[in-house]
Amino acid sequence: MIKYILKRLVYIIPILIGVNLLTFALFFVVNSPDEIARLHLGNKRVTQEQIYAWNEERGYNNPLFYNNSEKGLDAIQKTIFYEKSLKLFLFDFGVSDSGRDIKYDIQQRMWPSLAIALPSLIVGVLINITFALFFVFFRSTYVDYFGVIICVALMSISSLFYIIGGQYLISKLLHLVPISGYAHGYDAVKFLILPVIISVIYGIGSGTRWYRSLFLEEIEKDYVKTAKSKGLSESSVLFNHVFKNALIPILTGIVVILPLLFLGSLIVESFFGIPGLGSYTIDAIQSQDFAIVRAMVFLGTILYIVGLILTDISYTLVDPRVRLK
Amino acid sequence: MFVFLLTDLFFYIIILTLLSYILYVRKTPDLLETWSYVFKNKTGALSVLVLSFFMIIALSDSIHFKNKVYDENNKKYTYTSEISSLLDIILLPIHENSEKSYSSPFSSKLYSKETVKIDKDIDKRVYPKLKYKGNHNLYSEKNIQNIFITIIISFVKTLFICFIMYLIIFYKTLFKNFKKITTYFLRNKFIYLSFFIILLIFISLYDLSIQYYVLGTDKVGEDVLYKSIKSIRTGILIGTLTTIVMLPFAIFLGIFAGYIGGFVDDIIQYIYTTLNSIPSVLLIASAILMLQVYMANNPIDFENVYERADLRLFFLCMILGLTSWTGLCRLLRGESMKLREIEYVQASQTFGLSKVSIIIRHIIPNIMHIVIITVVLDFSALVLAEAVLSYVNIGVDPTTYSWGNMINAARLEMSREPIVWWSLFAAFLFMFILVLFANLFSDAVRDAFDPRANKNYE
Amino acid sequence: MFNYHKYIIIACIIFLKGCSDKPLNNPYSDNLNNLKNVYYSSFQERPKHLDPARSYSSNEYAFIAQIYEPLYQYHYLKKPYELIPLTAAEMPEIIYLDDKFNETTLNKKIYYTKYIIKIKQGVLYQDHPAFYKKDNEYFYHNLNDDQLKNIDTLKDFKYESTRELTSDDYIYQIKRLADYKNHSPISGVMSEYIFGFDDFKNKINKKSELNYKKRIKFIQSTNIQGIEKINKYKFSIIIKNQYPQFIYWLAMPFFSPMPWEADSFYMQENLIKKNITLNWFPVGTGPFRLIENNPNLRMVLDYNKNFRGEVYPSLNDKIIDKKLISSNSVKAVPFIDKAIFSLEKEQIPRWNKFLQGYYDSSGIASDNYDQAVSLSNSGDIKLTEELKAKGIHLNTATAASTYYIGFNMLDPVVGGKESKARYLRQAITLAIDYDEYISIFANGRGIVAQSPIPPGIFGYQDGKKSYNKTIYKKVDNSLVKKNIVKAKDLLKKAGYVNGLDQKTGKPLVLYFEATGSGADTYAFLNWLRKQFKKIDIQLVTRVTDYNRFQEKMINGTGQIFQWGWNADYPDPENFLFLLYSKNGKVKYGGENASNYSNYEFDKLFLRMKNMKNTKKRKELIENMLTIIQNDSPWVWGFHPKSFSLSHSWLENVESNLMANNTLKYKKINNNIRHDKISKWNKPDFTLLHILFIIFLIFIFSVLLTIRKKEKEKAYD
Repeated sequence: MIKYILKRLVYIIPILIGVNLLTFALFFVVNSPDEIARLHLGNKRVTQEQIYAWNEERGYNNPLFYNNSEKGLDAIQKTIFYEKSLKLFLFDFGVSDSGRDIKYDIQQRMWPSLAIALPSLIVGVLINITFALFFVFFRSTYVDYFGVIICVALMSISSLFYIIGGQYLISKLLHLVPISGYAHGYDAVKFLILPVIISVIYGIGSGTRWYRSLFLEEIEKDYVKTAKSKGLSESSVLFNHVFKNALIPILTGIVVILPLLFLGSLIVESFFGIPGLGSYTIDAIQSQDFAIVRAMVFLGTILYIVGLILTDISYTLVDPRVRLK
Repeated sequence: MFVFLLTDLFFYIIILTLLSYILYVRKTPDLLETWSYVFKNKTGALSVLVLSFFMIIALSDSIHFKNKVYDENNKKYTYTSEISSLLDIILLPIHENSEKSYSSPFSSKLYSKETVKIDKDIDKRVYPKLKYKGNHNLYSEKNIQNIFITIIISFVKTLFICFIMYLIIFYKTLFKNFKKITTYFLRNKFIYLSFFIILLIFISLYDLSIQYYVLGTDKVGEDVLYKSIKSIRTGILIGTLTTIVMLPFAIFLGIFAGYIGGFVDDIIQYIYTTLNSIPSVLLIASAILMLQVYMANNPIDFENVYERADLRLFFLCMILGLTSWTGLCRLLRGESMKLREIEYVQASQTFGLSKVSIIIRHIIPNIMHIVIITVVLDFSALVLAEAVLSYVNIGVDPTTYSWGNMINAARLEMSREPIVWWSLFAAFLFMFILVLFANLFSDAVRDAFDPRANKNYE
Repeated sequence: MFNYHKYIIIACIIFLKGCSDKPLNNPYSDNLNNLKNVYYSSFQERPKHLDPARSYSSNEYAFIAQIYEPLYQYHYLKKPYELIPLTAAEMPEIIYLDDKFNETTLNKKIYYTKYIIKIKQGVLYQDHPAFYKKDNEYFYHNLNDDQLKNIDTLKDFKYESTRELTSDDYIYQIKRLADYKNHSPISGVMSEYIFGFDDFKNKINKKSELNYKKRIKFIQSTNIQGIEKINKYKFSIIIKNQYPQFIYWLAMPFFSPMPWEADSFYMQENLIKKNITLNWFPVGTGPFRLIENNPNLRMVLDYNKNFRGEVYPSLNDKIIDKKLISSNSVKAVPFIDKAIFSLEKEQIPRWNKFLQGYYDSSGIASDNYDQAVSLSNSGDIKLTEELKAKGIHLNTATAASTYYIGFNMLDPVVGGKESKARYLRQAITLAIDYDEYISIFANGRGIVAQSPIPPGIFGYQDGKKSYNKTIYKKVDNSLVKKNIVKAKDLLKKAGYVNGLDQKTGKPLVLYFEATGSGADTYAFLNWLRKQFKKIDIQLVTRVTDYNRFQEKMINGTGQIFQWGWNADYPDPENFLFLLYSKNGKVKYGGENASNYSNYEFDKLFLRMKNMKNTKKRKELIENMLTIIQNDSPWVWGFHPKSFSLSHSWLENVESNLMANNTLKYKKINNNIRHDKISKWNKPDFTLLHILFIIFLIFIFSVLLTIRKKEKEKAYD
């Protein structure tokens, strides 16, 4: 088991290097440091001299891969690639182009993201499973048929509509919760209600359908038929057998996305003014702060891979039959 | 003079592929059987109908002409760099004129008051009348009456068109076997009725929007209905072009990885895991920025707005394709790994068939159902993604008609007092209809193709 | 079955009891009533720099102008704008010098001008850890890990102290402007004016290898030739030649005092790691101090208890404007104890929160013009009935700024001095209907420009006597734009008929460079194409990001573009220099983005530049405007009117677009605020009730069916 995890961890490294090279190429091919400098220095009265100074301060005036003017190790270390890309491996995210320490900001902004994502996930999963069980109970009837159609309809609505509509109805017309904003600690609750509700509703369509198909697959299996033939009631078959056995794919499905919850949701966060990592990324894209984007790409990659490993582990924990090689 | 934009060409390719696939299906009994299952399903048939209407609109919007202008000096016509599509020409009465600014649906006046000189010195603030529509009722002075009559006339028109089509289709057996045809109609009444209703909606919308702004006008007085219809092409292109771009990658890499295995498998797996682990929004954002650099450095290549916008659309599809092929690739890899072990493949290997011919003969036909299901499923997700990307300003060109751009612009309209809701509404409505039927279609396709699907439940 | 009933009834009671009339949508965690004297507002974009040497945008000024105090300020009420002393004791004494630095008089050739500046005594800085001394040593200037243990923000430092403002602090700040490490945007401009500034810049730039402590020492000990400390409260600045506008610079935050202690404190590496820098935590003498800086969420200003006290309205102010004085008692500013600015990036929430009363004013900065809140659908500047009923006030002022469409004069088609291109430019100028633009895109909030100079600035053409004769004509005493026929005539003269080039027979295609970020971009570009279409010109719009746009401007590869200028100070020189050839963007990297150059114009500009606002100056300006109006390097766009809305409980609101430090005058009437907010935000539970009932019915029917089904099964 431990050997397997170690092996997976080693496997991460080439992937991270690949991601690193790719993002490096994208960001430094796209915008030359001069352009980034100009963007950040503002548009009034900017001189070449200031651009030079700005680049020097951030180490953007170094060559990309190899520094001819330096000797020894410095020839590699005093390059943009080393400073900006390789250092990510040490979780040294450096300073954003606007001058703030990225690591510090990420640590600060992680929690609001989690505060939305976690409740949305839990409430969402509970509601989706309830609906799915409900539909499965009434399978092959009109309840199920229309339920699926409603799910499809819910899936077909743009997420932007849920957000704009929800804000308009709940906050503007009914005055039930603040339109946007955030506060730390327990005060956060009233700001989180609406975004969580919206995230949950947005997920109902696809979630319910997904769980429904899981349950239906399980119901087809022989042991369920046996249980039924024994004369167990429908609901007890559903809960005691189908639901229990479907828990494995449900749990593993959740485990994959757990680490990614930290990254937050791009659109919801920026609409509701929640200072999480999602809005951090959006801001960085819009202000072309590549230092932050690079850091977020790196972080996202790591979390994604961690999710994959966790899934593998959870398989073995839930189902002892699965052996990892 | 015809003009072929890059996306036009690709769209033609898509349509041709579709048509040849249909022909292929008609010749292959197995496939015909599965597909007929899609059509037996009511929602499936309905969604095919609606989607083909959308496709026809997108196709007619993909046939472009250059506009011409008369050169008095040389006494001849010269082509300008302005482009219109077949759809533009069909819809000319709807969009050729535009008002000054906002007006609400079916309104006869602008949405905001203006100062109008009544006498020499007296100014009055009134809602100015619309110049082109809303004040030219064809049939009756009263709006509701007029709308009603217009719809009735459209109804008659639709009946007439349907009758003509009926004549064309059944001209051979028309008088010989009347009873057979009737039973045929009765058996398929649902689909024919749906066709009739959809056609009726189109025709009455057309008739109405000659007289009214059915969905109001936008900030610069353009008809919102026209904008929404023009956006169909963008939505469909993003949904289909992306898959066309990604399919070759996904299919060939997936099969190679799964069938050949070993070192090739490792490399391919490495590539898609790496690509997959980058958040796709970030990948798209940087690619769009890169495109802008290219366009800024080569301004000569992009003579007009359309080509620029078109190239950006094309690139967006490419990059969306690049980020979305990995999922399908992984599925195909797994499936071909399974197929490799199946007896008849093993058998053909021992008979000494080359790898290429095994892939073509045995592997590809057996993974097609996965490809079709994925393609159809991805379509709606991509249409929805376009809106979100435009919202973050990394979507299509701002001059392209798209629902995402409409929603983006509507952000300002929602904070007006009183609010301007119709642009947002129109964009969401059209998007909803397209995505809804695409989803229903994908459901039907999955039920038909997925061997595990529980056919007895539907 | 009975059990269900019981629980459901209990749930209902709890549910219904939870419904009260108290506002639930208060977007602040603090209870509004507890914070009586708090001003609530929003900011759209997080400020990037709060260092006065670097900050150069209005969203940053909104904060730092309340904290840092330059020598002079704009009078809050007087129009035209007038400077008055802030920390200076009086207006500066100006002495003209000849080439040997001897005093001379105005009628002789002037080589240098000396400003002698006296500052007020007894002005104290806000309390700050950088000033705290223990045993005559600065306690926090050599922070070790132990001291930093529990420190996350500036508030966490236990000890604070203050000290008196001296002339050294102003001198230190001017030196900071020269230090390239501070990236001051005006260091280039100042080298042109301040005597010895360039030398100092070279000296300090050579010392990049010094550590920060030695650097501060070096800055303190090295002098700028033109700046002299006379005593603790007095210093002088010598500038080259004559530059009467220099005084305006002294009123900008760039010339705020900076204690060296602050630099020494904030430069410590371990503080920078915690994002505690001068860029984020200002140290000033002003009426407010920044106590919370979370640019991801909110910024909080608290009043500075060391503030010396400024009286408003003073006797003088009462004479100027009587209506302003709501409470007659003379009081010291600031009137509010605290100001909370929340980050609000999205338009919809911002506007709605203002309508709900949670922001005291809507605060539209002229910078964010194109994203400004739409007031009403009337093209008029009046408020809609609904807003009026809420007691919302509207404050208008024409901003000292101009938006224009520029032609790149280096372009072979639209640029150049030949009459062909000039006619083309004039035709386009005629074709673009800015009246329509203002009514569509700005809801009437703007004035069509005759020239670069906006109203309120000396030399503005008001359209009565002086106007743009290229575009307008007088008919019955009112200004009428020449019509499209005239534009087509001009186009014919330029060699284009029906939009076709007479020589080649090819259609004329022009290119517009746009930066596509706003939600309005599409509508604007569409509109613009329509305008060009009027004279049969095809316009291709090229949308890129801001970087690319800048690059095109710098390389001169753009053709037509839209840009704007916000005045640094209210003087025509600050607008006309946008067309001075030595400011050409491509050649000199200046602000003349259309790279216009005209010998006559340049000559007049140099003469006009250093003059006082006399009749002679007016004449010169008039001549200059005639030249540029004929050459039409710009489509004279419009001057936006800045609108801001404020609620009835916010008092002392005056629109003053030059003054940034106006927060100190604002006053809140909390009783009205509390009443109105409670009235406007009564929660409406109807929908919830309906949903709840539906939910109950649903649960009941489900339970019933399940039972029934189970029973049937059992009988089977």
